[in-house]
Amino acid sequence: MTIIDKTADVPAPREAGSDGVPLLEVRDLHVEFHTREGTARAVNGVNYSVSAGETLAVLGESGSGKSVTAQAIMGILDMPPATIPRGEILFHGEDMLKMSGEERRKIRGSRIAMIFQDALSSLNPVLSVGYQLGEMFRVHRALSRKEAKAKAIELMDRVKIPAAAARVGDYPHQFSGGMRQRIMIAMALALEPDLIIADEPTTALDVTVQAQVMELLADLQREFNMGLILITHDLGVVADVADKIAVMYAGRIVETAPVHELYKRPAHPYTRGLLDSIPRLDQKGQELYAIKGLPPNLTSTPPGCAFNPRCPKAQDICRTDIPQLFPVTERDGGELAGRGSACHFWKETIHG
Amino acid sequence: MPDITDKVPAPAAIPPSPSTEDGGGKDTGKAKPERVASMWSDARHDLIRNPIFVVSAIIILFLLVLAAAPGLFTERSPFEKGFCQLSDSASKPSSENWFGFDTLGCDVYTRTIYATRNSIIVGILTTVLTTLVGSLLGMIAGLRGGWLDSVLSRFTEIFFALPLMLGGLLVASIFQTGNVVTVALVLAVLGWPQVFRIMRGAVLANKHNDYVMAAKALGAGTWRIAMRHVLPNAVAPVIVITTINLGVYISAEAALSYLGIGVQSPNISWGLMISDAQSRFLISPHMVLFPSLFLSITVLAFIMLGDAVRDALDPKLR
Amino acid sequence: MGRYLIRRLVQAIPVLLGATFLIFCLVFALPGDPIQMLAGEKRADPNIAAILREQYHLNDPLYQQYLHYMGGVLTGDFGETYTGRAVADIMSERFPVTVQLALIAFAVEAVIGVAAGVSAALGRGKFLDNIVLISTLLLVSVPVFVLGSIAQLTLGVQWDLLPISYDENDPMSLLLPGIVLAAASMAYITRLTRTSMMETLRADYVRTAIAKGLSRRRVIVRHALRNALIPIVTFLGADLGALMGGAIITERLFNIPGVGGQLAQSVYLREQPVVIGIVTCLILIYIAANLIVDLLYAVLDPRIRYA
Repeated sequence: MTIIDKTADVPAPREAGSDGVPLLEVRDLHVEFHTREGTARAVNGVNYSVSAGETLAVLGESGSGKSVTAQAIMGILDMPPATIPRGEILFHGEDMLKMSGEERRKIRGSRIAMIFQDALSSLNPVLSVGYQLGEMFRVHRALSRKEAKAKAIELMDRVKIPAAAARVGDYPHQFSGGMRQRIMIAMALALEPDLIIADEPTTALDVTVQAQVMELLADLQREFNMGLILITHDLGVVADVADKIAVMYAGRIVETAPVHELYKRPAHPYTRGLLDSIPRLDQKGQELYAIKGLPPNLTSTPPGCAFNPRCPKAQDICRTDIPQLFPVTERDGGELAGRGSACHFWKETIHG
Repeated sequence: MPDITDKVPAPAAIPPSPSTEDGGGKDTGKAKPERVASMWSDARHDLIRNPIFVVSAIIILFLLVLAAAPGLFTERSPFEKGFCQLSDSASKPSSENWFGFDTLGCDVYTRTIYATRNSIIVGILTTVLTTLVGSLLGMIAGLRGGWLDSVLSRFTEIFFALPLMLGGLLVASIFQTGNVVTVALVLAVLGWPQVFRIMRGAVLANKHNDYVMAAKALGAGTWRIAMRHVLPNAVAPVIVITTINLGVYISAEAALSYLGIGVQSPNISWGLMISDAQSRFLISPHMVLFPSLFLSITVLAFIMLGDAVRDALDPKLR
Repeated sequence: MGRYLIRRLVQAIPVLLGATFLIFCLVFALPGDPIQMLAGEKRADPNIAAILREQYHLNDPLYQQYLHYMGGVLTGDFGETYTGRAVADIMSERFPVTVQLALIAFAVEAVIGVAAGVSAALGRGKFLDNIVLISTLLLVSVPVFVLGSIAQLTLGVQWDLLPISYDENDPMSLLLPGIVLAAASMAYITRLTRTSMMETLRADYVRTAIAKGLSRRRVIVRHALRNALIPIVTFLGADLGALMGGAIITERLFNIPGVGGQLAQSVYLREQPVVIGIVTCLILIYIAANLIVDLLYAVLDPRIRYA
């Protein structure tokens, strides 16, 4: 969709939390859905971490498990049909999966907040935006109705909604798409959480508005030094704001890398395919590349590497052995910090 | 799910929404044409596996046999000479006469069995009439639109303002003959607007769908579009309401007969039997019990069937 | 908002005129001569009959009689019976009882119906949900006169919990009839609430509400139920009118001297002015109830208010 700006500055990596523990760490997370058609393994052992002030982009097609992982972190999965048979989600070093429902509820919204894709359907149509924003303060901070309203106006100002005081009593359908997404962002920011999960925050918006909303989100993140997990399928969105990237396929992370490393030298055929399918000005007139085939059905993922039926490099081993996330190194064995690839032929992919 | 007899303008299976003018059936007939074939086979598959459907279908089959050949189940006939003996008046059920006798000394079992036919006839006849008239007019109103639609829609609204029993009271008092066919006619006069509303809503909901637009763009004629594209998608909600209505009309017939303005003696009807025995209910409950049981089970069976059909055709509601 | 209401009001006028005219035609199509009915078994004196006919405009064409009558209604005059009693008197005697009965039934179906529907939706597929589904099926299937008899026999006679027939001085005596009258609608509301609630519980904004860290109670009441109520309110409003006009059987069963009984009797006696008066009032109530629904609808759903 978007053309990548390869000249953008590499943002300086920010340090982890003062005690060395990352803000959020997901370890070996598994999520299954039990349906009439069988068990769908939506997430199969995902590992990733985010530190304060850091932006992790999770990239993948729909059905790759990126949203399900996020919902598991938020604790908003419908259980049943979903179950989490294995894994840990450490928030400030504490496993949230072991917490009581009430403890998790107190974290939701106030310390970890989420921004959803479609702001129109994600905002309650019968409650004013002022009420929905103020509700955060009334529930988590026990403010009065009046104080909450003042806070709501403040928030709307902060996300640059014009005439906030006049529009605080308006309803979601009275706002434009971009403004609605700003309200979603304001709601997530309300209690200055440590971590924000943004699930495709700009997909439903016009291209021109997309950039504004992303910029706003990045600014606010910097201001509050929050961790941000940005879930997207749009490589263009990622390039400007993310520090590191995790690419997901069929419930697994297939490649991790610092953002510009990944664009320069992908170490997984799937990532390479994704990058090649971006239209580029310098290849005008040529046929656009597309990854052949369809994403796998999660109730019956192919044996071995889940990507093998679509992979141009697939060999016999890919059809039998599931590749783990190998550390990726330079040709001479020099370390590449933060890089990993779940491909038996990562060497050939990155260096070949 | 309907709401029966003692109330509500024509059994309101779908609550009248204040915004019906702009195409009431917003939750109906949304299926796309490429899904039609699989929708029907899916529905058949779901139905056969649904225990509610199986149970209600068995009950209804049994009732149909009962209505067609009551002689198979009882040796006596309520029309034979000497059927009622005053000496048997209000006798309790016994091993020979399972359901006992009524006040006039008639065998309750035989009368209950024979009354099945009248109930089923009223139910089917009324349903056929309302479905034909209602869906034909509904389709015309939905497809033609314009002034014809406005006139027809306003006209049906009048019927919704008129509670069923109240209308039944008046219309039945005009016809006054008390036989099965007139009762069915009375109910049909009051019942067709409901089918009209559903059919019109479904047609409107489908008329503006992309695939109809596509068919139009390809140059298909109005008639062809109506038959091939709109109608098949509008049929499902009508089938559902038709099935449920069978039970509702049977119940309405009983209610009219109970009030003395439906089926009248010498014709037999469950409602009439219940009404006749009501005053002695506390002393001889058996006279009320057995016809009530048959009536309730019959209505229940049709409503369950309608429920199962709706679930199968509209999986969204499950 | 104002324009919306005015539009609904204007749309109600043809329904009112049409329905009353239809009733007018039906009532005058009733077989039998009302004047002859007055005389009973004897043959009516033709002179007196002619005078009465003149007095009650019975010789005018139907549409003239209709216009004459509606003109009276506009000034609050519902005419008088052929025996000279004001129809308004009869109605003011009968309507309060029926209104009480209808309000009790309305409260029962609204409170129990919504509560049962919400609990069924929350425990979807579980024991309680199945109980609710089965009992609502039974409630719609058993005709009201059977249900009434069963209620009288069990709740009234065997367990002696509630009075089984109407007593002017005992407000409790309307409770059992109210429950019986409400039963079918209650079952319908339960199912409607269940479906509507299940749909809203799946909505994105409910997910948002959970993600905001709201308590389960707040998510259900403020965010889900508030939206789920919109179709329920529609049905409740339409039902209020129907409860009043449709209580003929219940009133007979419990010996309640309400509108339904009067209506049945007047149809039988061919008291045309009474029938027309009562039905006109019922239609007015139905239309008023629907207007209130439209108002409530706009209050509950801002998308309509600002459309």
